[in-house]
Amino acid sequence: MNVFMFYMFSGIILICSLLTITTRRILRAAVYLLCVLLATAGLYFMLNYQFMAAVQLTLYAGGIVVLIIFSILLTHHITHRFKHPNLAKLLMGIGAAAIGSGLVIATILSHPFQAGTAPELKVNMTEIGNQLLSTGKNGYVLPFELISILLLAAMIAAIVIAKKDKNKNSEI
Amino acid sequence: MIQGIPLEHFLIVSTIMFFIGVCGFIIRRNLITMLMAIELILNSVNINFVVFNRYLYPDQLQGQFFSLFIVGIAAAEASVAIALIINIYRKMQNIEVENVNELKF
Amino acid sequence: MTGYTYTVFIILIPLVMFLVTGLMGMKWKPIVSGILGTIGMGTSWALSLITAASYFFGGHHAEGFQTIIPFEMKWLQFTDTLIIKMGILLDPISVMMLVVITTISFMVHLYSIGYMHGETGFARFFAFLSLFTFSMLGLVIATNIFQMYIFWELVGVSSFLLIGFYYQKPSAVAASKKAFIVTRFADLGFLIGILILSFVTGTFDFGKLTEPGTAIFGSAASMSFMGISAMTWAMILIFIGGAGKSAMFPLHIWLPDAMEGPTPVSALIHAATMVVAGVFLVARMFPVIHFQAPAAQEIIGYVGGFTSLFAAVIAITQYDIKRVLAFSTLSQLGYMMLALGVSGYGGEEGLGYMASMFHLFTHAMFKALLFLGAGSIIHAVHSNYMYDMGGLRKYLPITHITFLIACLTIAGVPFLSGFFSKDEILVAALHHNKLLFAIEFIVAGLTAFYMFRLYFTVFWGKDRHYHHTPHESPLVMTLPLMFLAVASVFAGYIPFHHLVTSDKVGFVTEMNYMVAIPSVLIGLLGIAVAWILYKKESDVPAKLAAKFGMLYTATYNKFYFDEIYLFVTRKIIFNYISRPIAWFDRHIIDGFMVGIGLVTEKVSYQIKGMQSGQLQHYAFMFVAGTLALALSMIYFLM
Repeated sequence: MNVFMFYMFSGIILICSLLTITTRRILRAAVYLLCVLLATAGLYFMLNYQFMAAVQLTLYAGGIVVLIIFSILLTHHITHRFKHPNLAKLLMGIGAAAIGSGLVIATILSHPFQAGTAPELKVNMTEIGNQLLSTGKNGYVLPFELISILLLAAMIAAIVIAKKDKNKNSEI
Repeated sequence: MIQGIPLEHFLIVSTIMFFIGVCGFIIRRNLITMLMAIELILNSVNINFVVFNRYLYPDQLQGQFFSLFIVGIAAAEASVAIALIINIYRKMQNIEVENVNELKF
Repeated sequence: MTGYTYTVFIILIPLVMFLVTGLMGMKWKPIVSGILGTIGMGTSWALSLITAASYFFGGHHAEGFQTIIPFEMKWLQFTDTLIIKMGILLDPISVMMLVVITTISFMVHLYSIGYMHGETGFARFFAFLSLFTFSMLGLVIATNIFQMYIFWELVGVSSFLLIGFYYQKPSAVAASKKAFIVTRFADLGFLIGILILSFVTGTFDFGKLTEPGTAIFGSAASMSFMGISAMTWAMILIFIGGAGKSAMFPLHIWLPDAMEGPTPVSALIHAATMVVAGVFLVARMFPVIHFQAPAAQEIIGYVGGFTSLFAAVIAITQYDIKRVLAFSTLSQLGYMMLALGVSGYGGEEGLGYMASMFHLFTHAMFKALLFLGAGSIIHAVHSNYMYDMGGLRKYLPITHITFLIACLTIAGVPFLSGFFSKDEILVAALHHNKLLFAIEFIVAGLTAFYMFRLYFTVFWGKDRHYHHTPHESPLVMTLPLMFLAVASVFAGYIPFHHLVTSDKVGFVTEMNYMVAIPSVLIGLLGIAVAWILYKKESDVPAKLAAKFGMLYTATYNKFYFDEIYLFVTRKIIFNYISRPIAWFDRHIIDGFMVGIGLVTEKVSYQIKGMQSGQLQHYAFMFVAGTLALALSMIYFLM
């Protein structure tokens, strides 16, 4: 059962990611991205990381993809179809990807990974909460605070950059 | 640890997704689709972290937390990128990446 | 013997005058440069006379005159013995030359104040005159052959500057170029000769080279090239250098053209000083030539003899006063070279050497006088050509008398200086080589003929009607004429055989009437023929010229040597040697440099293209670089 789930999710991931980068209509690309994200969440569920999966669904699928679709609608003619990329770029991209993946997969397969033998930790919300805010060993309060500042900065930046200039006229 | 699925399979999946993302970043002409490719890359890295955590260090949560933070940062970055894209659209009326080439010789 | 260190001022004063008038000449009134230059030269002249008096007449010299080196410093050192030094050498011939050079230069300076009056470039002229005098003085007091070579080249440059003084005239520019190139070409031979000589003997020093019984030539005996010994090659090459400066055949072509320069320049350089540099060089190297390369000495004799005959024949037909005098100089230089060529060494044998130096001295006096007189005539009539002149004896009395004295001297009339010096040469030639004696005898007659042709045509002949009456030159110009006339008359009485000889020991000589009387007779014969043909206006000369036809035209055109040289240089050297070399230089050497620049430009243009501003190119480069690093790290270095 596990195996079948795994292969299904993996298949969805790979096929949908390929479609994302090769489709000629932009809205479809966004939807395929959404499928990829959902399948990834599924993989997380399989691995017993429910919190992670929930965060993935909420933030990624629910936040970022929505944001992307907003921006698509703001800046595009939806029915506009993309042109094919030119040959040089295609070769560059496929070449880099192929060689890269070949190299990395070869390295992975040649490395003996030692499975961990420690007892499995029960992952529930209490545990995650404690660890997120603890200051001792395995404490993540510092990155937590930092990322909150980062989010603040990103928010301000986004507002400032996207602000309309009072004098100029533009559509959006 | 999931029975029956060796670690390498997960890693192969994430690798292929990563390089599809790279390829997409290089091939695509539209800024928004390039952003989508970046999201693919970030996601593949996330899978990598989580899988390593589960398989190699089942008693710790570092991988998961790292993934959490990556998601947060990805969200912040995507919002700033969209803001930039909107600005570029205002200037040039389209968002081809070839037009954004002022920092050249 | 007092210290002779003051002699360094003889040579330094002209140098200082050159720098001062050269740098400041434009700021002052021109006459200031003239006066400064003349005063400087006068001081040098006085110092030279003091040196000569002290050297020749102060103290006893039973065993001969010593070579004194009051001043010497090391300049470049190659090995232990091969050193280039800069210094002052005083021995009989150099002291004599000091007197000659400073006297003539002083006279010319004085004369130029009048002659060049009103010319633009007056200050420049005096600067160049001082430069020339400095270089010539440095040449004669050189202690080693390399120092002489340095000053030799300096003399060439000064001559170039002075001949091309009227630099806006194309003919003057061409003449100065010709002079410089011909002498430079000869100097190539000189340099190679110096190198061979120093290689064989290991030294540049004149003292060591000319020491009697020296052993430094030991290694020379075994070296030879193409059947001629190394020393003969060296001496022949050095002689070629001297032949270029002294305008021996076939390197004589520059001297007639050098008359484009102002007349004082011709007097100073091309009559009295620079052209005798070659003779001086042979005299300096005389022991080496006589003992180590006797074949070279024979060649010197024959070249001198041929040149004198050749030049005398051409001089008979020329119409330009200065050209006649130039060819006369060539002929007299031939005399001097011949005398050196037939000379022996030591005592009575060295008569030729002494005669050559004696003739150099007297010739300087009367030839300078002739040129300055010609300058005076040209100044009065404003033309160089003999057919524009005639009957000038009424208008230019002082010039007339001094010119006549000079002509009588050069013709060898008894009791004037030319008679004594020319006679000694004829005696020396008679003892050595009858053919050369015969040539010189004939040339003596020809000399008298063409000089008096010149004299009669200018001062007697047809009384012309001039546009504006010619007037006598000012005192500034006639004073040197008078002084030189006196010198020409009395210089013959200086006892050269006691003072300047080949081995620096005096000997006794007496008049050889067997030679003296025929030479006087042939001189008088030449004068008589000229009297008949030219004293009164007649058309006999023209008829004679027509009768000789082709021979006359060939002689008038200087036997077409200039045309031959031009042909060889233009058609052969330019086309086959210069053009390919110029092409090579322009396209390959320059092209190489330009090519490096072009390649760099192209490559940089290509590299510039990498900064395209395209985000995706950058991303690709980034990924590719990372993969390459990873590949090399994992698989090739581990």
